[in-house]
Amino acid sequence: MSAQTQFSGGFDNAPIDAAHAFRAAMTVMARPGEIRLISGAQPPAPLSVAAGTLLLTLCDPETRVHLAGDLDTGTVRQWLTFHTGAPISEAPEADFAVGSWQELGPLSQYRSGTPEYPDRSTTLIVECDDLQQAGAELTGPGIKDTARLSLPNVPALRANAALYPLGCDFFFTSGDRLAALPRSTQIRVEG
Amino acid sequence: MNEYNFAYLDEQTKRMIRRAILKGLAVPGYQVPFASREMPMPYGWGTGGVQVSAATLTPDDTFKVIDQGADDTTNAVSIRKFFENTAGVETTEETEKATVIQTRHRIPEAKLTGDQIIVYQVPIPEPLRFLEPRETETRKMHSLEEYGLMHVKLYEDISQHGAISTSYAYPVKVSERYVMDPSPIPKFDNPKLEMDAIQLFGAGREQRIYAVPPHTKVVSLDFEDYPFEATKADHPCDLCGAEDSYLDEVIMDDAGNRMFVCSDTDFCRSRRAQGHEGRLSKEGAV
Repeated sequence: MSAQTQFSGGFDNAPIDAAHAFRAAMTVMARPGEIRLISGAQPPAPLSVAAGTLLLTLCDPETRVHLAGDLDTGTVRQWLTFHTGAPISEAPEADFAVGSWQELGPLSQYRSGTPEYPDRSTTLIVECDDLQQAGAELTGPGIKDTARLSLPNVPALRANAALYPLGCDFFFTSGDRLAALPRSTQIRVEG
Repeated sequence: MNEYNFAYLDEQTKRMIRRAILKGLAVPGYQVPFASREMPMPYGWGTGGVQVSAATLTPDDTFKVIDQGADDTTNAVSIRKFFENTAGVETTEETEKATVIQTRHRIPEAKLTGDQIIVYQVPIPEPLRFLEPRETETRKMHSLEEYGLMHVKLYEDISQHGAISTSYAYPVKVSERYVMDPSPIPKFDNPKLEMDAIQLFGAGREQRIYAVPPHTKVVSLDFEDYPFEATKADHPCDLCGAEDSYLDEVIMDDAGNRMFVCSDTDFCRSRRAQGHEGRLSKEGAV
C-alpha cells in the first residue's frame, strides 16, 4: 500500500474535528434511535467515514481494537496504527471491535463487563449497508416514548440487553451516518 | 486564540474522558472510574465538572456556569473565564441561550431542552459513602443492588425527626437499577432530574463520571407512608415575587431582618425585567 493512504485521511484539525465527532457519538448514545452525521476522517476502504471518524475520536494506545473479517487488511491496520496507535487485538480482549454484523461473530466472545465494573465491556462498531429509523421498537433511557431503528439482529441484541447492567454497547455506521444502541435499551420486534 | 489546546486538556485525556462518558450514558447512574487530571484549580472547585465540560465542548457551543444558581460568584466566574480563554467559546448568563451548562449544586429553574447538556460538579459521587466508607464494599453493594442501608438511613431520619430530614444530595434510583447521588442539589430540584437534556456528572477528586440520558426514569427514594417531598422556603421571592423558585435566605442586618431571593439569578433577573415585583423591589434593597 502507498504511504499516501497510510498517512493521510486523519483529522485536519484534531481537537475540533474530534469534539464535533464526539458530540454526535454522545448524542446518539444518549438518544438511542437517533441518527447523526459524523465526518472528519477519510479512512481506507472498506472502513466507512463514520466508523473511521469514530475510531479516531475514541481510540488511542490505551484501547485494544479488534478488526473483524474483511476489515482486517494491512491497509486498515496501518492506517489505524498510524493515526491512533491503538493495539490490534483478538475479539475477547478488545475494547472496541469494528466490522459487519456477520463478521463480528457471536456477541458472547466479547467482554460484557463485571458486576462491579460493568463499564469494562466492549463497544462494537457495526458497519451496516443501511441505517433507518424503522424496524425494531426501542424503549428505555434516552427515549421519550418509543423510537425505531433498523437493527441487524434483534434476538442477539435482546439477549445482550437482558444482561443489563452488563453487556456490550453498539454504534451502527453506514457511510457518514451514525446511530447507537446502549445495553440499557429494551427492544421489541415490529408488530 | 491562544497557546492552549482547544479546551485546555490534551487529546488523549479527552478521549479517556469521552470513553467514560459513553459508558456512563450506557449504564445510567453507574459511576465510571476515570483518570482525573490535575487542573489549574483546587479540588472542590469543580475539577470534575471542568474536565467533563472540556471533553464535551465544541467551538459552536454557548457555555453557562452557575454556582448555587448564581452566574456571578467566584467559582462560576472563574470557570467561565477559564473556558473563554482556553476554548474560545461564547458564554452567556441566560439559561435559554446556553447549549452546555456547568452547575454547582442547582438545576436552573427554566426547563432545559433537548438541545442542551448540563454538567454537574460532584464532590462525593458515592451515595453510600457516609454509610459504608470502603469502596470495595460499596462497589459490591451496587453490583448486588443491595440498597437496604440507604432506606435504613432515611428511616432513621423519620424516627428521629418525624420526617426525612435529608434536604440536599437526596438519593435517587436511576432507571430502576442504580442508586445515585444527584450531587448536592436541593431536593427541590430532584423532580427536574427527569428532563429532556443530557445530564453528565463529574467528580474530579473522587475520579468518577456518571450520566443520566434524557427521559430516564429517576425516582427519589422514599416510603409509601412518608412520600418524597420537594421542599423550599415557604415564601415568595422578595425581588421578583416568584412563588415556585428555590430561595436563598439572606440576613440583612444585626436586627435579624432577612429576605428571601431566588437562588437562580438569571431566572430572577429575567422575571424582574418582565416587570414582576417582590416585597422589597421598591426599596432598592439590592
